Amino acid sequence: MSLLTVKGVSKHYNERIVALSDVSFAIEPGEFVVIIGSSGAGKSTLLRCINRIVEVTSGVVTFDGLDVGSLDKRELRKMRTKVGMIFQHYNLVNRLCVLENVLHGRLGYKSTWAGALGIYSEEEKAQALRVLRLVGLEEQVYQRCDQLSGGQKQRVGIARALLQDPKLLLCDEPISSLDPNASKVIMDYLKKINTELGITCLVNLHQVHVALAYAERIIGVKRGRVVYDGLTEHLTAETIHDIYGSEAGDLLLGSGGNHVG
Amino acid sequence: MSADYLIKKRSNTLKVLLGLGFLSLAAAFITEYDPVTGLISGLDALRWVATNFYPNEQSLTRLPSIINRLRETVLMSIAATTVAAFSATFFALLGAQTTKVNDALRLMSRSVASFLRNIPAVAWAMILLFTFGQSSLTGFLALFFSTFGFLTRVFMETFDETTASSIEALTATGASYMQIIFQAVLPASLPQMISWMLYMVETNIRDATLLGILTGTGIGFSFALFYKSMNYHAASLVVIVIVVTILVIEYISNHIRRVIL
Repeated sequence: MSLLTVKGVSKHYNERIVALSDVSFAIEPGEFVVIIGSSGAGKSTLLRCINRIVEVTSGVVTFDGLDVGSLDKRELRKMRTKVGMIFQHYNLVNRLCVLENVLHGRLGYKSTWAGALGIYSEEEKAQALRVLRLVGLEEQVYQRCDQLSGGQKQRVGIARALLQDPKLLLCDEPISSLDPNASKVIMDYLKKINTELGITCLVNLHQVHVALAYAERIIGVKRGRVVYDGLTEHLTAETIHDIYGSEAGDLLLGSGGNHVG
Repeated sequence: MSADYLIKKRSNTLKVLLGLGFLSLAAAFITEYDPVTGLISGLDALRWVATNFYPNEQSLTRLPSIINRLRETVLMSIAATTVAAFSATFFALLGAQTTKVNDALRLMSRSVASFLRNIPAVAWAMILLFTFGQSSLTGFLALFFSTFGFLTRVFMETFDETTASSIEALTATGASYMQIIFQAVLPASLPQMISWMLYMVETNIRDATLLGILTGTGIGFSFALFYKSMNYHAASLVVIVIVVTILVIEYISNHIRRVIL
């Protein structure tokens, strides 16, 4: 059974701005899929429709056998704990230390007040330290996040997502704010998480060469529509040209602009 | 063409200046204000200040009672500010775009804050005098209302500016509203909130002095009392004490700001 299916999903911000129209695909457990497309093509909106940070206008998202759209508040929180998310701008609480930010990954599992007051069990703290070691941040555990470099911040973001013990990792332009070195480090970590921990990854990228280097399968999105869905080696130069068509300039001003970091 | 533009711009400036000059002359004519007499009487006033308005030995015996009154004013300002900050935090959470619960509460909170903010503390004191008479409570409530309105407004802006991205991240982990507020919104906003509170404490000590004249409490009352009984030496001592206090408070709050920001 597929881990994630997206069926006929459309998102209209209003009559004129259509971010997604009739998007369908399925992701199998353990896959490493990259979504490519120019800025404003609807990639970010698409990822956010999966964990319902953005509500779809029509269509069905099914995750792990659950119809995401029909979940109530409580069930939605529970479902979100199984979907980690990584952001272009890391979205950390900069004034808190690395450990505190990583522990945020446990909030969905905790009672409201234990979470609000930041009361974590020894087991959770030990797990956080383990995850931090995994992403090579054992030296920075008590450092404040605003003192970290971009690459380190993104690794904190990854650690936070991993602490959720997720089945699926949604990565929204994880390397768009990073230099080439840090980008490679981050992509290598994501690949490692996929192969070693068996966590399914769905990654938004607009750098085609990175997508070609890391992805097993590529989904091409153009103007809110899926225009390619298949293995990386079958992706032709012609299709790439089509995905990043000459109309890209117009698209930047159009759909999904408020989610393009 | 460009020469024309510049000439036009200069002639516009000239017109504005002439207009302003005419307005001042007209105003002076209507109020029968003579600038020369005005200047001379200003100098007279300064001469009067130099000969009468300074603390003498006898007025220093009043110092303990003045300090006592001053303490009342300072404590009331701090009390009004902290209570207002506490309530403003709730209203600001409801009113900020990023932390709102729903649009109805958001609108309500925004209108209450903006209504309270747009009535100055002195006007509040006059209104409240009818209900509570000349008492500390009148002064406290007057300061509370205006501070509450102002702080709600600036806290809302702080929340919206500093926390949108981390709210999104914590939502994605499955965290609940309360957890997000306590783990992301408040930690990220606290330094700025404290900074605004310190600013309001300073402002309120100034306002409380004025209010005291109206409400018959605190240091403002001391001043009014001495001034009306023509004890100018003691009145000048009050003024000096107020200025010193404000400088000290400003120094302390600047120091705190440097530490926390």
